Amino acid sequence: MLAHSIFFYFFSVIAIFSSLMVITSRNTVNSVFFLILDFISVGCLFIMVGAEFLGMIILIVYVGAVAVLFLFVVMMLNVAEQKQSWFIGKKSTHIPIGLIVSVLILLELLVVVGGWKYKDDLMSSNTLYISDISNTHQLGLVMYTDYILYFQLSGVILLLSMIGAILLTFRQRKGVKKQSYFNQISRNPSSSIELREVKSNQGVKIDD
Amino acid sequence: MIEIGLGHYLSLGAIVFFLGVIGIFLNRKNVIVILMSIELILLAVNINLISFSIFSGDIVGQIFTMLILTVAAAEAAIGLAIIVIYYRNKGSIRVEDIHGMKG
Repeated sequence: MLAHSIFFYFFSVIAIFSSLMVITSRNTVNSVFFLILDFISVGCLFIMVGAEFLGMIILIVYVGAVAVLFLFVVMMLNVAEQKQSWFIGKKSTHIPIGLIVSVLILLELLVVVGGWKYKDDLMSSNTLYISDISNTHQLGLVMYTDYILYFQLSGVILLLSMIGAILLTFRQRKGVKKQSYFNQISRNPSSSIELREVKSNQGVKIDD
Repeated sequence: MIEIGLGHYLSLGAIVFFLGVIGIFLNRKNVIVILMSIELILLAVNINLISFSIFSGDIVGQIFTMLILTVAAAEAAIGLAIIVIYYRNKGSIRVEDIHGMKG
């Protein structure tokens, strides 16, 4: 139990620190790196608390795909160095309101947590734990039977996002010479070779 | 203090959620940081769902977490595509420069 608490405090301190650094660091590339650190520490927390499959999925999906996508866009868009950080804005009228709202949200959440009395009779579900099989096994037992519709719908969402992202960023550049395979293949000697009679001292005009 | 319960995990989720909201409100740099703050908020929601799922012994919370993960990945892809085409058209993605709708 002591090891559990030590690891919990270690990873949660890293998570809170890195999420603070995500929103305060001046360089956007550093923000992305701290976001990766945040995902890794939270994934370690998930593995530690007993949700191994989700922890690994967080490592794969977030760190391997989403954060690398962020890094890719940040490096592609040339926005890494921004001189002006927050709090130094010219017209900063929305900062006090934003602070008030954020602090109110934090206080509400902490009040809910503090007033929470954990009840044993809270859940009456038919998908409770079976403790002698692994986490991934349990997840698969429920996900592919009771929640198969949501699983398929999430696949449809991924397909839609892929189509949308391709459609948004697709553009046809003008003035780029491309190969036209059909025209190339459909040439034959009768249409591309021509015999001309060249008169003396006059030459021949090509491509008229 | 030593005994790690549900409240510890919920507090962690609350703090990360708070930091994400603050990142959205107080951002002056660029829109990518706002997207990263949204990812932080979704991560906080995932922390809450998984801790409830573990501590109440019900597996469904983890399934919801997987669905949230899917939506987060889709949202990141679409948002980054929108940012890329905005940058291509306007040449800047600073928050102050984005005032086409006077928001």
